[in-house]
Amino acid sequence: MSASAIRVDSLGKRYFIGSANAPSDSVRDVIVNTVAKPVRRAVQLLRGRATAAADLTEAFWALRDVSFDVGHGEVVGIVGRNGAGKSTLLKILSRITEPDEGGADIHGRVGSLLEVGTGFHPELTGRENIFLNGAIMGMRRAEIERKFGEIVEFSEVARFIDTPVKHYSSGMYLRLAFAVAAHLEPEIMLVDEVLAVGDAQFQRKCLGKMGSVAREQGRTILFVSHNMAAVTQLCQRAVWLADGCVKRIGPATQVVSEYLQAGTTGHATWMNPAPPAAGLEVQFTSAQVLDTAGRPTLLTDFDRPFKIDVNYKVLMPTRDLALCCQVLDTQGNLVFETIDTDRPELRGQVREVGTYRAQVEVAAPLLKPGRYNVTLVSFIEHIKIIQRHEGVLTFDVSEVGYKLNPGRMGIVAPVLNWEYGRAN
Amino acid sequence: MSARMPLGYRLPAMHETISKPSVGLTTGPMRSEPPIVRIRPSHGWAALHLRDLWEYRELLYFFVWRDVKVRYKQTVLGAAWAILQPFLTMLVFSLFFGRLAEVPSDGIPYPLFSYAALVPWMFFSNGLQQAASGMVSNANLLKKIYFPRLTLPISRVLAGGVDFALAFVVLLGMMVYYGTWPTINVIWLPALLLLALVTALGVGLWLAAMSVQFRDVGFTVPFIAQFWMFATPVAYSSSMLGEPWRTLYGLNPMVGVVEGFRWALLGAETAPGPIIAVSSAVALSLLVSGAYYFKRLEKTFADVV
Repeated sequence: MSASAIRVDSLGKRYFIGSANAPSDSVRDVIVNTVAKPVRRAVQLLRGRATAAADLTEAFWALRDVSFDVGHGEVVGIVGRNGAGKSTLLKILSRITEPDEGGADIHGRVGSLLEVGTGFHPELTGRENIFLNGAIMGMRRAEIERKFGEIVEFSEVARFIDTPVKHYSSGMYLRLAFAVAAHLEPEIMLVDEVLAVGDAQFQRKCLGKMGSVAREQGRTILFVSHNMAAVTQLCQRAVWLADGCVKRIGPATQVVSEYLQAGTTGHATWMNPAPPAAGLEVQFTSAQVLDTAGRPTLLTDFDRPFKIDVNYKVLMPTRDLALCCQVLDTQGNLVFETIDTDRPELRGQVREVGTYRAQVEVAAPLLKPGRYNVTLVSFIEHIKIIQRHEGVLTFDVSEVGYKLNPGRMGIVAPVLNWEYGRAN
Repeated sequence: MSARMPLGYRLPAMHETISKPSVGLTTGPMRSEPPIVRIRPSHGWAALHLRDLWEYRELLYFFVWRDVKVRYKQTVLGAAWAILQPFLTMLVFSLFFGRLAEVPSDGIPYPLFSYAALVPWMFFSNGLQQAASGMVSNANLLKKIYFPRLTLPISRVLAGGVDFALAFVVLLGMMVYYGTWPTINVIWLPALLLLALVTALGVGLWLAAMSVQFRDVGFTVPFIAQFWMFATPVAYSSSMLGEPWRTLYGLNPMVGVVEGFRWALLGAETAPGPIIAVSSAVALSLLVSGAYYFKRLEKTFADVV
C-alpha cells in the first residue's frame, strides 16, 4: 500500500464563461439573438465543437496546478474563500467531473458528502430513503441493513420513519440525511460543508461523529469548511486555496490563522462610514479588537484575554447613556453582552459632548475556539435604543491553549477552579 | 408493514436487532482490495467500463425500485394508468381504424390485433421517453454524487417493465375473451421484449446524452415517439407491404417487435423471421453507438446539466 491515500498532481480544471461584453437588453437584441444563436450553434456543431462552450468564449481556470498529498488516516482541511476552487477540487476527487490537466490517484474507496440528502425522494418514506440514499452513496444493501437501527437512532426521527419525507420539517430531513451520510464507511471521505446543517446541537453531534470516525477508525478525510473552529478541531493539516491555486499547506492551526489574518482584514477595525448625524445623542466612530499588547488583531488565543476598543462621539449632553458590546457566535447565538454602565460610577450621570474612547477587557479562558462577531448598541437606559451596528467586528479565537475536550458542551468554555479533597 | 418495503427483500424493523455478520466489515467484493482510482483527463472516445456498472448493480436495482414506487404516487387511479393508457388507445384505434377505416388485421379481431401491438409499443415509447429525460430530471444527483451515469437511463427503461406486466395481464384476458390461444412461438416473447428494451435504451441513450446540453430534446421526444408509432405497424399490419419492402421495413426495430408479438401470441400468419434479423441488428447497433456516445459526453454532464 502506498504511503499516501490521495495524491493530487498539478490538477487543473477549466470552465468556459460567457464573454462579458454582450448584455442583450434591448428587444431588438433579444430578437436578433434568438434567430442568430441557433444558427451560430449549428455552425459550431458542424465544425466539431459540440461542447458546452459553443457560445462561451472565455476560459476560466477554477483550479490550476494544484498538488498535495494526503496520508492514510490523515484529516486534512481545505480552506479558502468562496470561489477559490474548494468545491471543484472535491468534485474532481469524487469523480463527479473530470479535470482538464494533471491528475489524482486515490487509494481506497471514496465516499463523498458533497451535499447531504442528495437523492432523497419526497414521496418515499424515511425508511425507504435511507436505503435509496445509502445505495446512491455507494453503500451495499447488506451494509445499510446492518446499520439501519443505528442510522435511525442517530437521526432522531424514529417516530416518523414510515412517513414520506415530504412531510418532514427541514430539520428532520437534514438530520436523517446526515445520519445516512455519517454511517458511510469508505476508506476516504470527502466532506463539503455538511456541518452547516441543522441546529447548533445537531451540528455538534455531527462534528463529534466526524471526529470519532477520524480518530477511532483511522479514516482519511478531506474536509472543506468555512467553520475554522471545526477545521482546527478536526484536521491535522490544512490546504489553503486561493484563486484556484494552493497558497499554503501546513499544520491546520497555522494555516487557518494565516488564512484568517489575510482573509478578513476589513474586519480588524471598523470605521463608522456614516457622517455625524443631527438628532443623535451619540455616534460610534470606530471599533477594533486589540490583543494584550494593544495591537489590532483578528485572532486571539483561547487562553489569552483581549480587548474591544470603542470610540464614540457624544453629540449632545445625555443622561443615562449606555454603550453595549454584544458578542455573537457564527450561529448567531448571543454569547454575552457587556455594557459600559456596568461600571457603577457611570450610572445616572450626564455624559457631556465630546469624543470618547472606551475599552473592555474580555477575560480568558472563556470564549470557545471559533469565530465571533461584535455588535455595538447605544441606548438610553429604560428609554430607547439610539443606534445599533450589527457584526461590525469579526474575530477568531484559536485553538492555542485549548486543552479541554473538543466536544465540550455549552456556548462558552470558562476554565473554572475546582477544589477537591476528601470529605470527612 | 410489508407493503411499504422495497420489492423483494425485507427491511429490519425498528425493534429488531440486526445480527452482525461473522466476517465483519471486510465482506463483499468492493471491500476485498482497496481500489486505486486514477483520475486523469480523458480524450475522445472513452471505454464503456461495464464492470463499473456491475459494481453498482444494487444502485441500479434501487433506481428501478424508486421509479416504480414513485411513478403513480399521488394519483387517484394509481397503477391502473399502466392499463388504461394502452387500453384506451386500443379503443380509439378500434373505432377509427378498425370500424371506420376497416384496416385489415390479418384475420385477427381488430381490438386484439392492435392491443397486442400497443402493449410492447407502450413499453418502448415510455422507456424511450423516460430514458431521454433521465439525466435532466436527476440533475442534482449528477452534480453531487459519482455513480456510473449509465445506471440512470437503464433503470428508467427497466422500470417500465412493471407497467408492461400489468398491461400484459389484460392482453391475456382479452385473448381468453376472444378465444385465441398462444402458439408455441410464445417462447420467443422474452427475446422480443428484450429487443424492444434494447431499442428503447439505444435511442434513449442518444437522446439522454444530448438532452443534457440541449433541452430541445425534451420537446422533441414526444414527437419522435408519435411519428415512430405511425411508422410502426401498430394500427395496421406490415403484411400490406410486399417483399423486399417488408424486410427493409425491419430497419425500424419496433416493426420486428410488434409483428413478433402478434406472431408469437396470436398466431398471425406473418412470421417475421427476416424482419427480426434486420431489427435486431439495427437495435444492437443503436445500443452500442448510443452507449459510446453517452460515455463520450458523460464527463461533461456534471458541468453542463
